[in-house]
Amino acid sequence: MLSLLHAVFVAPFLDMAGSPTFLAEVLIGGIAAGLMYSLVALGFVLIFKASGVFNFAQGVMVLFAALTLVGLIEKGLPVAVALLATVAVMVALAFGIERVVLRPLVNQPPIILFMATIGLNFFLEGFGEMIWGANVKKLDVGIPDESFKMAGILLNKLELTAAGTAAVLVAVLAVFFQRTRIGRALRAVADDHEAALSIGIPLKTIWVVVWSVAGLVAIVAGIMWGAKSGVQFSLSLIALKALPVLILGGFESVPGAIVGGLIIGVGEKLGEVYWGPLVGGAIENWFAYVLALAFLLIRPQGLFGEKIIERV
Amino acid sequence: MSDAGPPLPLLEVDGISVRFGAVQALERVSLEIVRGEIAAIIGPNGAGKTTLLNVISGFYHPYEGAIRFAGVDRTHLKPYDVATLGIARTFQNVALFKGMSVLDNIMTGRLLKMHGSFLLEALYWGPARRQELEHREFVEHIIDFLEIQAIRKTPAGRLPYGLQKRVELARALAAQPTLLLLDEPMAGMNVEEKEDMCRFILGVNDEFGTTIALIEHDMSVVMDISGHVVALDYGRKIADGTPDQVRSDQAVIDAYLGVAHA
Repeated sequence: MLSLLHAVFVAPFLDMAGSPTFLAEVLIGGIAAGLMYSLVALGFVLIFKASGVFNFAQGVMVLFAALTLVGLIEKGLPVAVALLATVAVMVALAFGIERVVLRPLVNQPPIILFMATIGLNFFLEGFGEMIWGANVKKLDVGIPDESFKMAGILLNKLELTAAGTAAVLVAVLAVFFQRTRIGRALRAVADDHEAALSIGIPLKTIWVVVWSVAGLVAIVAGIMWGAKSGVQFSLSLIALKALPVLILGGFESVPGAIVGGLIIGVGEKLGEVYWGPLVGGAIENWFAYVLALAFLLIRPQGLFGEKIIERV
Repeated sequence: MSDAGPPLPLLEVDGISVRFGAVQALERVSLEIVRGEIAAIIGPNGAGKTTLLNVISGFYHPYEGAIRFAGVDRTHLKPYDVATLGIARTFQNVALFKGMSVLDNIMTGRLLKMHGSFLLEALYWGPARRQELEHREFVEHIIDFLEIQAIRKTPAGRLPYGLQKRVELARALAAQPTLLLLDEPMAGMNVEEKEDMCRFILGVNDEFGTTIALIEHDMSVVMDISGHVVALDYGRKIADGTPDQVRSDQAVIDAYLGVAHA
């Protein structure tokens, strides 16, 4: 019994203290992975904030963006041109979704819109594979997936670039939401549809903007994940990893998506490396969900979610 | 908008009818609101006052009749288009953006006055910021005017009811409307808050020259601030005139005292 307690509560920390450079590598790996989760979660938060819709298709949007980019590059387009074309495709997709899916369903209960996004999910999955094929593709963005040493710590160029990009994107989005006219309109629509209409906020435009932004975030997430592990169907499954991030951070909070992603990224790496051997590994696969469950019990609105206040 | 030509009524409601299933909410109601006046719409509960306001602001559409604003027909416009014409409103049950600060709520009301391409704004940070500051100035003026400086950073949802009503008025004013529609601006307020609200409504009319149409239950308030009263009962107009005329109208007295409708 005592040895078990020792193995769980003492030994892992002794390991950490014993090799600080290794600990730093694990932490950096965790932060890098966490920022990637944040990126996917951000796409969810943006749409949820502005329209109260939980977009089940966000993961597939990441896959679709990456597939389009790779497909265009394979057709022989220069990377920059292919990237611009992908942006155009995602914006066109946003217009299409507003026109075909959202507009006919305006004022329907959230569950109906949620079901519609499940439909969208299957459509995009099939459509993407029909056009670009189902093979695993390699995405080369010109950043070598190689490692170097700094201050004795092993670092990966690709992971660092991805983390940096994610950080910049997140900062820009935070300013956009808090400080600009459109950002304020987005928050207003999320808060109260009727009041937003009465002061002349065009709902349709807002939806197109927000789905376009979510599409752009999907492109960035698609590039980062695709460059790391290839563009393949499993890319759409990272949406499942974003779910616990959202529960941790709160569905309506941009900072929440970031902090939530970091906690999960770092937590699962630490768990895997230091506690994994105790249970035969694979902690990384379920850590996020267990943490999310615990959060649902203690703080269902998430770390940064708006507190649920009800008048009685 | 120019004032050339004969003084047209700012808003003409011409024989509009609205029905919800079997309920006839409005039946051939006509009224005119003249530029610069404060008009009051009164009537017992269920008389159709809020429905009338919702028709004017484009949330409902009448199945017969027409609405003209500044001489132009706008019967079938949507709320967004009505707002762009210069009609702002408040709601009976306060529809503020509860999670946003008072300042942000009011800035949102300024939205239609702010320009720039929707997508490009996110990229051009410089001009966007300059525009933001210009509009902030106007909004600060409204905040001073309505005496809500102390609560500008407070989330709107945390304010007491009376103040929420005042913030909603501020948000409507931020759009610099030609016509301001107020749905029971003094409901649920104590005497002191009501007096403040009366002062603000008169002040808005005076300082900004805004034409105001308001729904109110409190007859003494109505008599104090408006020069034109329209009374509704069971979806029909039963009186229209100066406060004194309407107050002494037999149909109005009956409606308020609850004489049985044959």
